[in-house]
Amino acid sequence: MTTLAYALSDSRVMLRRNLKHQLRYPSMTVMLIGMPIVLLLLFVYVFGGQLGAGLGAHLGRHAYLDYVVPGVLLITVASVVQGTSIMVAMDMTGGIIDRFRTMAIARASVLIGHVLGSLVQALAAMGVLIGVAFGLGFRSSAGVLEWLAAIGALALFGLALIWLAVALGLAAKSVETASNTPMVLLLLLFLSSGFVSTATMPTGLRQFAEYQPFTPVADTLRGLLSGAAIGDHAIAAIAWSIGIAAVAYFWAICLYNTRRAVEQR
Amino acid sequence: MTSMPAATGIVARDVCKSFGDHLVLDKVSLAVEEGTVLALLGPNGAGKTTMVRILSTLVLADSGSMRIAGHDVVTDPDGARAAIGVTGQFSAVDNLLTGAENLQLMADLRHLDRQAGRRRVSELLEQFDLTDAAHKLLSTYSGGMRRRLDLAMTLVDQPRVIFLDEPTTGLDPRSRRTMWQVIRELAGSGVTILLTTQYLDEADHLADQVAVLDHGRVVAEGTPAELKRRIPGGHVRLHFAGPDLLRSAARLIPAAGPDQDRLVLQVPFDGTAGSVRELLDELHRAHIDVERLTVHTPDLDDVFFAVTGGHVSAQHDQGPTPQGAGR
Repeated sequence: MTTLAYALSDSRVMLRRNLKHQLRYPSMTVMLIGMPIVLLLLFVYVFGGQLGAGLGAHLGRHAYLDYVVPGVLLITVASVVQGTSIMVAMDMTGGIIDRFRTMAIARASVLIGHVLGSLVQALAAMGVLIGVAFGLGFRSSAGVLEWLAAIGALALFGLALIWLAVALGLAAKSVETASNTPMVLLLLLFLSSGFVSTATMPTGLRQFAEYQPFTPVADTLRGLLSGAAIGDHAIAAIAWSIGIAAVAYFWAICLYNTRRAVEQR
Repeated sequence: MTSMPAATGIVARDVCKSFGDHLVLDKVSLAVEEGTVLALLGPNGAGKTTMVRILSTLVLADSGSMRIAGHDVVTDPDGARAAIGVTGQFSAVDNLLTGAENLQLMADLRHLDRQAGRRRVSELLEQFDLTDAAHKLLSTYSGGMRRRLDLAMTLVDQPRVIFLDEPTTGLDPRSRRTMWQVIRELAGSGVTILLTTQYLDEADHLADQVAVLDHGRVVAEGTPAELKRRIPGGHVRLHFAGPDLLRSAARLIPAAGPDQDRLVLQVPFDGTAGSVRELLDELHRAHIDVERLTVHTPDLDDVFFAVTGGHVSAQHDQGPTPQGAGR
């Protein structure tokens, strides 16, 4: 086998390990997938009536459901990457990572296993969420092409946040820290066009909201799923995704190569 | 300077390592010939674990040269990694997998083909008495079982060189015996082993060679027997029926130390049968009856205290502590 073949084989083994972890730690998997569903219900049935009315005259809960689904899909991504960060930190603070490091395996395979595992989890979680949304009455004008584009955009942005979460998990001194830092992403999401139009925000906040990554991604998804105008949001969404992924990837690899699992004696 | 054996086993020369301004290893040289066991003996904080982490490619040394099974640890770490197995002080197992899955993970990462991998996994489960627990999650494993699994994972690809960092620390006496048995079997099969321990009897039982490490320096090395010969700690203890007999004996043998409470006289002793006969003859001529006699030959304990200056250093150079403290 060649080096590349070994690297692929090692990454596949690590992916399988990661997927097994998700099954063996069901409470976390259920929490990460369940939280966005609970929030979807909250947004639609608690806030939805009033927020829907804000979208236009004679509009209500149902219009808001259609509006908020992209935002909740992004909650799903933010939720899953919290799990990524926790799992990476658990690996790094345990003894197993030292074992991996003393074996002649592709060094990045440990991280790639986490990344691909989280991506599978994110796509599954979003599938479940869309199913629930349809059950609640979500209707989309999107055709096959638009759906594929939406899934692609979510996967690309998801990949970026997953690498970021891997880096945060590597940088964290403890599992607790690793579980808390990705919360910032959720906050950032609330300060975007995910749940309300940025036009309703006060000036300073609106400017912030318009120039942060979640807004173009949410607007792109909304455009694809409901036929609203996308404009240059798509370009911004792709640029942000690739930018975050690249920076986070190099940060993560750098941390992985320098950080030691257990404090030196 | 240790001699350099052929391109096998473990050879380390003048290894230095500091963390910040704390010098952890100070020109440590070791040589473990192929198929032999070296015990790195020392108190906590002596630098044992750091040495193992450097040799097993986890930490880079500041200076010095290291070769494992002919591979330079710095320039060819993957070559070294392919030859070694490491069982660290902290259990390096995957807690969210079963025992069998842990072993299979190692087989996959060592690129054994499917059939060979499965065969090796069931072999190891059998060998380490884990077959019944094979499909249970590790959360149900006892400390001894985890340690056995840990070592089994190290052996999946039958490494030629094995590092064991305090393999029996925290184990109950029975698990400890089992672990010793396994290590002896490995040594018997021609594997090169470097183990660290703070237990003197462990080094005595398992090692062909012992290197005593204290404050980052090798302060003594040799076979367990050679080390014991280097110190004169042997003595004979004579037990008497009453205090009068003890006093008379003590007058007769001025070099001895009497213990009035236990009615025991401790006489220095060079380990030869003749000297015991002479001693008993002398007492017999003086009509002093000896009730009982015990012989104490020096063990590694004595060696350890002798070469480390009679104290066991604590974690961070807190200076001398009372004898035996911290063990």
